[in-house]
Amino acid sequence: MTHRLKPNGRRVVPLLIFALLALVPAATAIGADAFVLSLVTRIMIFGLAAMALDLLLGYGAMISFGHAAYVGIGAYSVGILSSSGIDDVFVQIAVAFAASGLFALVTGAISLRTKGAYFIMITLAFGQMLFFLASSLAAFGGDDGMTLPSRSLVFGAPILKNTVVLYYAAFICLLGFYALCRAIVASRFGRVLRGIRENLVRMEAIGFAPYPYKLAAYVIAGMIASVAGVLLANQAEFVSPAYAGWQRSAELIFMVVLGGVGSLHGAIIGAALFVLLAEYLSRLTEYWPMIFGPLLILVVIFARGGIAGLLKAWR
Amino acid sequence: MTVPLLSVENLCKAYGALRVTDRVTLTVAAGELRAIIGPNGAGKTTLIHQLSGLAAPDSGQVMFDGRDVTALSMPQRARLGLVRSFQITAILPRLSALDNVALAVQARSGSSFRFFRDVSQDAAINTEALALLARFRLDARAASAAGTLSYGEKRQLELAVALATRPKLLLLDEPLAGTSHDEARLVIAALQSLKRDVAIILIEHDMDAVFALADRVSVLVYGAIIASGTPAEIRADPAVRAAYLGEEA
Repeated sequence: MTHRLKPNGRRVVPLLIFALLALVPAATAIGADAFVLSLVTRIMIFGLAAMALDLLLGYGAMISFGHAAYVGIGAYSVGILSSSGIDDVFVQIAVAFAASGLFALVTGAISLRTKGAYFIMITLAFGQMLFFLASSLAAFGGDDGMTLPSRSLVFGAPILKNTVVLYYAAFICLLGFYALCRAIVASRFGRVLRGIRENLVRMEAIGFAPYPYKLAAYVIAGMIASVAGVLLANQAEFVSPAYAGWQRSAELIFMVVLGGVGSLHGAIIGAALFVLLAEYLSRLTEYWPMIFGPLLILVVIFARGGIAGLLKAWR
Repeated sequence: MTVPLLSVENLCKAYGALRVTDRVTLTVAAGELRAIIGPNGAGKTTLIHQLSGLAAPDSGQVMFDGRDVTALSMPQRARLGLVRSFQITAILPRLSALDNVALAVQARSGSSFRFFRDVSQDAAINTEALALLARFRLDARAASAAGTLSYGEKRQLELAVALATRPKLLLLDEPLAGTSHDEARLVIAALQSLKRDVAIILIEHDMDAVFALADRVSVLVYGAIIASGTPAEIRADPAVRAAYLGEEA
């Protein structure tokens, strides 16, 4: 037996996902509906936010019901800065990181003192707090939200106005943060996080105090989700308190569960299914959530690992 | 006389009117194997909870390795070398057997706020963890999810995890419970080989194992220690026979 164990070789599904995503603009270039491009951009944006949530939910067993708040923080970082004339996307991302990191640090420090249903409720409460704060920002549109004067600038250039450039910006963010999250879950830190998920008391008994690890994961997940907010604001050219609302938080959990908890790429699959189903079912009937709900129930009952779990089983 | 590794002074704990730990005073020397026996409900596991930091005593003091650890948490005590196992198997079921042991090695070897390097490729940690698995003949199961191991294998895995922390004092809560005859022999042999290097407090119902392994035995009845002595002394003690061993006679 060797001391260096083989890393998990099953990376085919994520590879396929990213290959497919990379080729979508080519498909639209040769005639597919241009609307597909903006739809898939949305998929990648929500996939990014859902993947960040999966880091908490799937690897740290922290069921945050307020993760959309961080998407909201990212979006408002763009909205507020661009309305004051600061259009540079890197400045906006830096501010989004700082604001979401601070919010996660403060609310996480409090929330993580609770467990189970209490943790769910307190993260929901903090999320709603942010939602109502955004709704009350009269200077920035209040509950109507605000239209952005323009998309963010990259090194002073308005290249994000091009939908293909914006598409690849979202793609690079998703790919980069996917690689980062993969590294994190396989690292020393990630193994401690997975251990805490499995059995907290056991981890304490071998000398790990769980709290700082959970808090660090909470802050990382919040900061990653804020990047999804920066992208979302740019794509919609609009910022709204609804981005941070509890319905959005619930949708993110829905995506993670649908795609497969604790796999990272499952969250992207879940986001894709969610966005596509919402888009096409809502064209069929306005009662589309009535098809949606039972679908999630079926997945939870028959495919505990979500879509990613099914794909793994087939291989 | 040297300072004992563990000294427990007047430890008391009550759940309502029920005194589960009643003025327990106890010292364990470095390298000593102390067995604690007593009938069911005598408060043995509760005592282990208080020694390991999982439960707080109402009063009394726990000194370990020259420091007062009474107010320290379980992880803090574990890092000092006061490490416990659990009566009800506590493993990380979806992590591999290797990861279970490797995490305990990792806990005492550097910061775990390291986010980028793949820890499964850490040769130093893996080598040490595999050696411990081999000691319990679990090396063939290294890559298996711990939850898929047999009950006896899980008990052994737990012992391997406890040893991986390099404890000074091990608190073992019925390590033989539910193991097969062969598995029990393996565990007893492992404990025998640990003697002198690691002090052990052993709670066990298997009297053959207790009398074979222990340097000294303490008898806990209704939360209080009614007798302490060598296995021969305890066997001959009339109070112990009446309270405990007598039941079996």
